Amino acid sequence: MIEISEVSKIFTGRGAPFTALDTVSVTIRENEFFTLLGPSGCGKTTLLRVIAGFIDPTSGTVVLDGQDLVRLPPYKRPVNTVFQSYALFPHMTVAQNIAFGLEMLDKPRAEVGKTVDEMLALVRMTEMADRKTSEISGGQQQRVALARALAPRPKVLLLDEPLSALDFKLRKDMQLELKRLQSETGITFVFVTHDQEEALTMSDRIAVMNAGRIRQIGGPRDIYDHPAERFVADFIGDTNFLDVELLSIAGEQATVRLPSGAEAQVRAPGEDVAPGPVTLAVRPEHASLSGGAGAVLPGTLANVVYFGTDTHYHVELEGGGRFVLRQQNQPDQAQTRAVGDAVEVTLAPGVGQVLRD
Amino acid sequence: MAKGFDIRRQTGFATVAMACFVILYLPIVLLVIYSFNAGTSVAIWEGFSWRWYQTAWQNEQVQAATVRSLVIATWATLIATCCAVPAALATTRQGTFRGYTFVFAMINQPLMVPEIVTAVALLIFFAMIKVATGYTGLFYLIIAHSAFCIPFAYMPIRARLQGMDLSLEQAAMDLYGTPWRVFRRVTLPQLWPGILAGAMLAFVISLDDVVITEFVKSAGQDTLPTYMLGQLRRVVTPEVNAISTALLAISVVLVIAFFFLSRKKK
Repeated sequence: MIEISEVSKIFTGRGAPFTALDTVSVTIRENEFFTLLGPSGCGKTTLLRVIAGFIDPTSGTVVLDGQDLVRLPPYKRPVNTVFQSYALFPHMTVAQNIAFGLEMLDKPRAEVGKTVDEMLALVRMTEMADRKTSEISGGQQQRVALARALAPRPKVLLLDEPLSALDFKLRKDMQLELKRLQSETGITFVFVTHDQEEALTMSDRIAVMNAGRIRQIGGPRDIYDHPAERFVADFIGDTNFLDVELLSIAGEQATVRLPSGAEAQVRAPGEDVAPGPVTLAVRPEHASLSGGAGAVLPGTLANVVYFGTDTHYHVELEGGGRFVLRQQNQPDQAQTRAVGDAVEVTLAPGVGQVLRD
Repeated sequence: MAKGFDIRRQTGFATVAMACFVILYLPIVLLVIYSFNAGTSVAIWEGFSWRWYQTAWQNEQVQAATVRSLVIATWATLIATCCAVPAALATTRQGTFRGYTFVFAMINQPLMVPEIVTAVALLIFFAMIKVATGYTGLFYLIIAHSAFCIPFAYMPIRARLQGMDLSLEQAAMDLYGTPWRVFRRVTLPQLWPGILAGAMLAFVISLDDVVITEFVKSAGQDTLPTYMLGQLRRVVTPEVNAISTALLAISVVLVIAFFFLSRKKK
């Protein structure tokens, strides 16, 4: 378990001081696939490097299983990193790369050999053991980097955008591979990425970061279905933002008045949101054009776009604003709606999320 | 090709370039040719012969000066390289620190200060030590050569370090490598070409030095270049050409090796 408490990092250089991390606190659980997600410059890599020990935090503590890491140099921390550039040693073979960490820990020769063989098998690189790292492909280098970092059996594996250099197909394969390695080894993974899809498909929990702060922590479904803030809603997936009036709130249930005047039962991030004007976020696939129970937003169909798996409907709302809906396609489905039709966007009870800002 | 300003197409460029090369290399070519002269003149050709190479080879003074030159160059190279490696590490791996530019300038000072100034300063300084200790051995020359060779050894090593991927050393540290083991197992194996290049450069520079050696040496401590300088004051025979040609050959070999070592990446 890693407890990160109030960690700040302020870079001071020739220019103005830059706050890379602003009092970040998060607890990463045992055997968890934890993802730090955010745009470039949000501080996610800085946080990873603070855990690894390459960056000293300006303030705050990082405690791993009761041991404060902040004062320890990187080589005394029981965590290993998979670097974005892989950082394989070019003057060593694949097997020598994987053995490196074990040799630095002065493990007996027999144990080193055995573990290296296990790791080679784990990442399916046994036949490549004696190759130079320059003689293998990018995907294979990625596997070697993983095996090298896993070989000393660290308590935590840190992964710094490890898939960003791979092409699309390979990236998909490696996503599954990483999940498999994590469940087989039982090691806690802390994964840094700017790719929301990667984060949603692989993580047990996600911390969404922006401007040096963690904006929201939760499971992939939580983050996607119930974003707490405009930034999170906007960064992950597509979202419709509606200006509504918050009427009442009880627990996570809230009642809002839509621009059309209709009252809708929606979700709220907590009771601390004050009644009055707020922003409501609605995912395009959560709203419906086919009627049913719920609050209604009347409008005119402005555009219909066919995407293969689904169709996007762009609705010009009465009283201004545009709303995009997404509906999954069925085989040989007849297109019944045409541009210019009057339509009604329906929000079923529980659809829509009140945002904090 | 974009039609921008191309210096090579300017009128007279080729002529000036050719003139420069001729002035630079024609005398050297002539020197090499006349080292094979059968006669005693360095200007009148009297036929081909190895005579002056044999004379130089059998000349006991030349032998002694050659051995002395090699001993000094070898020690100076070793000492300068051993100083240059930590200096290069300190100026590339510790981030910027207060006084970085000052330290950098200090390391490269021998490149800027006129050699004659260093020579006179060393003459006076070593004279004081000689008087105080009575020691007059080769040590002074070795120390003086080491000092001015450091920046030449430092430059290629520093360039190599700057070109290296920092994440390799971080990865090694992340994998439980203590700083010393990271240096030995990861930094050093990749630094070798830079170290060899720096050492070769230092060796050539030491072998070639006249000014500082002339001022620092005690009686009977001629190196090959100062011996030749002394000979020129008396009779000039193609023997000097032969020795120069041999020195030239060594330098060319080392410079070519330096070129390949510093060019090769990974």
